[in-house]
Amino acid sequence: MNQKSKLERMFESGHFAVSGELGPPKSADLETVRHHAEDMRDYVEAYNITDNQTAIVRTSSIGVAANLIQMGLEPIVQMTCRDRNRICLQSDLLGAASFGVKNFLCLQGDHGIFGNESGTKNVFDLDSMQLINCAKKMRDDNVFIGGDELEHPLPNIFIGAVANPFADPFEYRALRLAKKVAAGAQFVQTQCIFDIDRFERWMEEVRKMGLHKKVKIMGGVTPIKSVGAARYMQNNVSGMIVPEELIQRIKGAEDRKKEGIKVAVETIQRLREIEGVAGVHVMAIAWEEMVPEIVDRSGLYPRPKVD
Amino acid sequence: MIVGERKPLAEIAEMLKPFSKICILGCGTCVTVCLTGGEKEAEETAAALTLWGQKEGKNWDISTGTILRQCEYEYIDEYTKDWPQYDVILSLACGVGVQTMNTRLPEKIILPGLNTTFMGYPLEQGVWTENCLGCGNCVLDLTLGICPITRCSKSMLNGPCGGSQEGKCEISSEVECAWQLIYDRLTQKQLAGRMDEIQPPKDWSTSHHGGPRTMVREDVRVEPEEQTRTDV
Repeated sequence: MNQKSKLERMFESGHFAVSGELGPPKSADLETVRHHAEDMRDYVEAYNITDNQTAIVRTSSIGVAANLIQMGLEPIVQMTCRDRNRICLQSDLLGAASFGVKNFLCLQGDHGIFGNESGTKNVFDLDSMQLINCAKKMRDDNVFIGGDELEHPLPNIFIGAVANPFADPFEYRALRLAKKVAAGAQFVQTQCIFDIDRFERWMEEVRKMGLHKKVKIMGGVTPIKSVGAARYMQNNVSGMIVPEELIQRIKGAEDRKKEGIKVAVETIQRLREIEGVAGVHVMAIAWEEMVPEIVDRSGLYPRPKVD
Repeated sequence: MIVGERKPLAEIAEMLKPFSKICILGCGTCVTVCLTGGEKEAEETAAALTLWGQKEGKNWDISTGTILRQCEYEYIDEYTKDWPQYDVILSLACGVGVQTMNTRLPEKIILPGLNTTFMGYPLEQGVWTENCLGCGNCVLDLTLGICPITRCSKSMLNGPCGGSQEGKCEISSEVECAWQLIYDRLTQKQLAGRMDEIQPPKDWSTSHHGGPRTMVREDVRVEPEEQTRTDV
């Protein structure tokens, strides 16, 4: 219970870490998600579990996390500020920690208007910065937002955040990371990297500020499954940049799927060369079966063992 | 000002079905200025309803009127004391006006003809935009006049989310990112460093989340025995 998460221990041992991502289903039958998790078992340290991503109702992140823990796998529980107020967020943090969740990824959440319950009431009681800081204060100061003390300490939770170098204003994005680090973020995962030049420019700023020494930065990588998928991300997903040259490269390939995997592998290889990048977060949503190959071809398999 | 939009005619017609003698009552302040619930709109609504009634075989007796402010008893009293007996008043005021009228005239049935949409201002001719949620704890000093509670779709207090792109909010290319505006404004005033400070969780109890609000000003209150009219 008091041991640090495997992900945190990987970083502490100086290893380049790999995380995967699982999207819960619109059902209580978790067979598919368990199957995907099993496929990635030896290839990732931990699994992000999305929290009603794009505001679509799905099994809760914490519910899937319980399943992973039963399987001996390590979840990274995503917690957005969209659906829960501070009472529920703090309560869920404790509830998840009670059965062994160590990694929490605090994020704002896509606006509810995007989802399948577009008439919903968006909560946004806290923002992501405040949620990060709340988790840190619960762990380090033993205190809830309202000032009450926890009855027992909450040791060794590993606090994550997200960073998006592809959002605007660009010149503020490294400063925003600094703020998240000051709030308590220990690791960050970035938005999917397709425009690696822009990512490198952001990393330059990050290094100038010395942030790479204070927070573990995991580059987000998504394999492009089809031209349509790339086009969709380019036009319909906010905060993403998919360069046209990349789409043309996939389009011109003899085997587009293979090319998509190749691009992902190249991206990871390039990320490994960038000073301050401490790991990758592979988001192969609806293409989970490709994760082992991507990790392997990127030279990241076998995964190092940590105590 | 308070901005409203007239309800669809079909919805209004449906709620007026059980009645015969109808007064459509405009409000002379906010909703007049936003061109939805003033004297002119009361007359337009009356004309449209009359036509609708003729088509649907409903013989409504419709009159119109306007009160300068339906949200204050003194104006309501001034205009309604000699009113004939309508079955129903269709108020084109905001929700505040409709409720104040109902409270002041409990013997009458007053129905809403508008959907009250927001507090805002006219951005340009024919366009109104929301810019205050009435949260009860103004932060416009920190942001130099751009409200993150209202104008950020996620009411964030600590800077832009990852959905801000080219100055637009993730919810729509029609919506400006409030935090881009704040960033630009603070940068222009050489105060961008303000965004580095972590703003703590907001106390929402001063907003509607603390329950319906009442403001009491003892210094201007009239002692009950001094009151010249009896509040209902």
